[in-house]
Amino acid sequence: MTRYKMHLLVCGGTGCRASAADSITESLKESLQEHNLQDEVQVIMTGCFGFCEKGPIVKVLPDNTFYTEVKPDDTGEIVEEHLIKGRQVDRLLYEAPEGGKVKDSKHMDFYKKQIRIALRNCGFIDPENIDEYIARDGYFALGTVLSEMTPQQVIDQVKESGLRGRGGGGFPAGLKWEFAYKNQEQPKYVVCNADEGDPGAFMDRSILEGDPHAVLEAMAICGYATGADKGLIYIRAEYPLAIKRLKIAIEQAREYGMLGEGVFGTDFNFDVQLRYGAGAFVCGEETALIHSMEGERGEPTFKPPFPAESGYLGKPTNVNNVETYANVPVIINKGAGWFKKIGTEKSTGTKVFALAGKVNNVGLIEVPMGTTLREVIFEIGGGIKDGKKFKAVQTGGPSGGCLTEEHLDTPIDFDNLLAVGSMMGSGGMIVMDEDDCMVSVAKFFLEFTVEESCGKCAPCRVGNKRLHELLERITQGKAEKKDLQRLKNMCHVIADTSLCGLGQTAPSPVLSTMENFWNEYVAHVEDQRCPAGSCKDLMRYEIIPENCVGCTACARKCPVGAITGERKQVHEIDQDICIKCGACVDACKFDAVTIK
Amino acid sequence: MENVKLTIDNKQVEVPKGTTIYKAAKQVGIDIPVLCYMNLEDIGIENKPGGCRVCSVEVEGRKNLAPACATEVFDGMDVKTHTMRVINARRTVVEFILSDHPKDCLTCKKSGNCELQDLAVRLGIREIPGQEYAEMSTYKTDYSPSIVRELDKCIMCRRCESMCNDFQTVGALNAFNRGFDAAVAPAFEMDLQYSPCTYCGQCVAVCPTGALTEVDHSRDLIDAISDPNTTVVAQTAPAVRAALGEEFGQEPGTLVTGKMVSALRRLGFDYVFDTDFAADLTIMEEGTELLDRLKRHLDGDQDVKLPMLTSCCPAWVRFIEHHFPDMKDIPSSARSPQQMFGSIAKTYFADKIETKRENMVVVSIMPCLAKKYESQREEFSVEGNPDVDFSVSTRELAHLIREANFNLMDMPEEDFDRPMGESTGAGVIFGTTGGVIEAATRTAYEMHTGGNLDGNIDFEQLRGFEGIRKATVDFNGTPINIGIAHGLGNARKLLEAIRSGESEFHAIEIMACPGGCIGGGGQPLHHNDTTILKARQKAIYEEDKNKPIRKSHENPEIQTLYKEFLGEAMGEKAHELLHTNYFDISRKIEIS
Repeated sequence: MTRYKMHLLVCGGTGCRASAADSITESLKESLQEHNLQDEVQVIMTGCFGFCEKGPIVKVLPDNTFYTEVKPDDTGEIVEEHLIKGRQVDRLLYEAPEGGKVKDSKHMDFYKKQIRIALRNCGFIDPENIDEYIARDGYFALGTVLSEMTPQQVIDQVKESGLRGRGGGGFPAGLKWEFAYKNQEQPKYVVCNADEGDPGAFMDRSILEGDPHAVLEAMAICGYATGADKGLIYIRAEYPLAIKRLKIAIEQAREYGMLGEGVFGTDFNFDVQLRYGAGAFVCGEETALIHSMEGERGEPTFKPPFPAESGYLGKPTNVNNVETYANVPVIINKGAGWFKKIGTEKSTGTKVFALAGKVNNVGLIEVPMGTTLREVIFEIGGGIKDGKKFKAVQTGGPSGGCLTEEHLDTPIDFDNLLAVGSMMGSGGMIVMDEDDCMVSVAKFFLEFTVEESCGKCAPCRVGNKRLHELLERITQGKAEKKDLQRLKNMCHVIADTSLCGLGQTAPSPVLSTMENFWNEYVAHVEDQRCPAGSCKDLMRYEIIPENCVGCTACARKCPVGAITGERKQVHEIDQDICIKCGACVDACKFDAVTIK
Repeated sequence: MENVKLTIDNKQVEVPKGTTIYKAAKQVGIDIPVLCYMNLEDIGIENKPGGCRVCSVEVEGRKNLAPACATEVFDGMDVKTHTMRVINARRTVVEFILSDHPKDCLTCKKSGNCELQDLAVRLGIREIPGQEYAEMSTYKTDYSPSIVRELDKCIMCRRCESMCNDFQTVGALNAFNRGFDAAVAPAFEMDLQYSPCTYCGQCVAVCPTGALTEVDHSRDLIDAISDPNTTVVAQTAPAVRAALGEEFGQEPGTLVTGKMVSALRRLGFDYVFDTDFAADLTIMEEGTELLDRLKRHLDGDQDVKLPMLTSCCPAWVRFIEHHFPDMKDIPSSARSPQQMFGSIAKTYFADKIETKRENMVVVSIMPCLAKKYESQREEFSVEGNPDVDFSVSTRELAHLIREANFNLMDMPEEDFDRPMGESTGAGVIFGTTGGVIEAATRTAYEMHTGGNLDGNIDFEQLRGFEGIRKATVDFNGTPINIGIAHGLGNARKLLEAIRSGESEFHAIEIMACPGGCIGGGGQPLHHNDTTILKARQKAIYEEDKNKPIRKSHENPEIQTLYKEFLGEAMGEKAHELLHTNYFDISRKIEIS
């Protein structure tokens, strides 16, 4: 077996691959060939590093050099300078916000606060090679479980660890397993919910792309614990790379005897199949997911019965999310006690977040439960972009709420977020700055839920549509103060009466922004003014007569002919025609156009 | 069975485990409003998608409101059905539903009979906030030969889906699109006429709004009667007389035969005849055919097709043509009573009154919506002139009678015109499940055995309400196995058994609707109360019992018809006028 002296890890997540990670890998290999280094340096395409802001990323081991925004043309330099001459390529190194190039990735603020359990292998191993997974203790937990533990012991350990569902609800995973275990009916099913759909979220995709075996191993453990011999992964068809890597992983695991008949030579059988979703958000709800897998319309049904009572094809079914499963092998290997030490009392372990919005370091992070929002946004996230002021952070995706400055020191866990009017959700985290209008933010999320509602129950089907329409009116300055009361009532009724979680939580972005930014709503309806200055309909472009010299530059640039005026005369903007594009402001050299 | 104790609005209730809040509340006289919920107890169909949320109630300890129709009770449960929180939620939800519902109640066919309208009244809704800028769903209206679909009025209650898929196993209707655009339609949003729809009309019978209604021919009827050069002939199906009274405030099961006849006469029909006459004629043909097939079978003919299936129900015929085209030679070739009537009226009777068929309009009054479609089938017309010009439903007739300002119950009792108004008790029972095969048995038995049934005419073993029934009738030493199914889902089971060679029946009667024609899609709406169907069934047997003649072959006018015009049953002329063929109308959709 070849022993390499150095490794070049190229990020092979969807984001980096979209920015030519494939050709970087190829040209690194070519460069190594040219210099006859192919037996000493190995190039590996790994899963996501998480630091998507600066992708594509190439990491050099063993010295932890972290090259950012690498282009295929840079590869020759990396090989010649770094590998041959031993000098880091300075211009490709990550530059810390406070200045200075970071020579070792361990010193990057982005990674310092993170503890990676679910993402333990992402950015580390070649996800298409089962040997690399095994080398990192892969399938050790499954082996332990099959040879040393009873199903009840496995369930007890998962219960003891305090692991809660990472898909959003936070239901104790061990308890769910126990329900399925206690149901005597056969066959039983283990389902992995990989129908990740929150806008901007890509936690599950990254895990499946970067460490597919972790999920397969956990599903097999769950199968053993609950008494199921069939596993199904419901994954959206929009995740082709994750699907490809899962297929490879399933094949390899079967070959190695870790899936299929007689796993590890025992009499336990377990195999996994993929089921593709067409991208409906509601299919992340477990009953809708099950109906979709059955070939029925993807819509939820009233619970009870819960899937553990009557799930896929009416049989006992355990449904967990990708991230939840990814934690399981570690819990078995290191023990529930070890796991429980991480995080808070009622929310143990870590949580993966997709950090996005107006923050410097956009990417995928995993932090212990109990980390504060401030640490995530200002330390890991590197603060707000362009030196602007922090305004709010939205957690929990379309089901969550917007939190403000005063919540920044709230330790993140399931219960704390609920208590302040938001929720953990699957881990979306969108940071907003002073330029963001909170009414528009609420409207944005409502637009999503309106689009993604299945239409089965009236409050979600029609109510959310009406909510969105009223928010639209508010941002257009067409609503009245009394409409705010109606808005609030509609929100409460939709939350109170909707059939499934999607509808019940759809009004959360509205309720939380009304709670935390009431004045912004009032400004829109009473003064027809958007305090953040982002609602176009409430803006007015006007010409200041004293400054206007009649140069006609603005009139020539206006795309809709809204500006009239003779040469050397003061110009005028027709408000009925103006589309508020701002071209006149850019064109005017005399600061004669103002926005009101 | 284990019992559960709970409190609803401070009243103690004890109900079996598994009972829903809605049913438990009903038991102590608390009426929780519902909209999407439907329970057709006697046919085993319960629709409780929990979609409309109108039945939301407060359950102590639960975060959000619970749908009473779908939530099972538990021990110690404390339910409040009409708190201000519930009232607000209920009203807001109905406002939501109404905000996406057309406000054209003035011309809507369901006005006055609409469950959504009733609910709006009950909840005191006076305005829809935000209506002026609320986007409304818009769909094109789909006109099929029998059923009109106006999806703008669909409220996604999914009742039609339950009937079409679970009860009928037809699969013509399913939810499509999502969110605000969601509605129920045939696959790929195609028109009903290109779907597997059988036009049974059970979707119409349960639709709470005007989203699914019948094609209305009352305007055509007014035009025909108003034309002095046209002879307008009515035929009324047996199930109509057992239900029409309900539209005029009578108890279900009130027979109004004579009053209906006089009302039709006063509306201006030139002749008021009885489809029961044609039912007797059907028995002559179908019974003869059955005996012929049986005789050949008993003589060892391997090619003869048994069991023979009845063919009176057009929805059933369309079902087999679409879903079981390989078995289309099994049903009797006898036309349905409606079509036999039309073909005899426009030949034999037209000759008698010296009128050309072009100047005669035959109108059928039917409990059925599929009859509208059947009358338009090409094979039932001569040079483009249909044997039956159009068919109106029991509901349409009731509208017309009210429009003419007749109080049906004040009308005098009159008898049908002759000759096509004479009928027997056998013809009457065509209106209920089991009736056609009982009528056929009465005649076939006597023809086969040469004996007389005398008083033993009530074949009780063929009667009832279960979805599938089986009985063996002793034809003087020859046991004849008879099967009966109502509801196409039940029919499917019998057909599959025939296909797999497991069926031991000699004859099977099939009707598409629950209870047979008495539960047809054109009948007064039962509003989920299936005991109404049973009352109608009872009335039908009552009418049979009171008839002086109760065997089709003893109908003197039928005997005259054969003597004067048709010749032999199954003879050449009968074949031409009274029999038909079936077609393969299955559509295979290729998805590339």
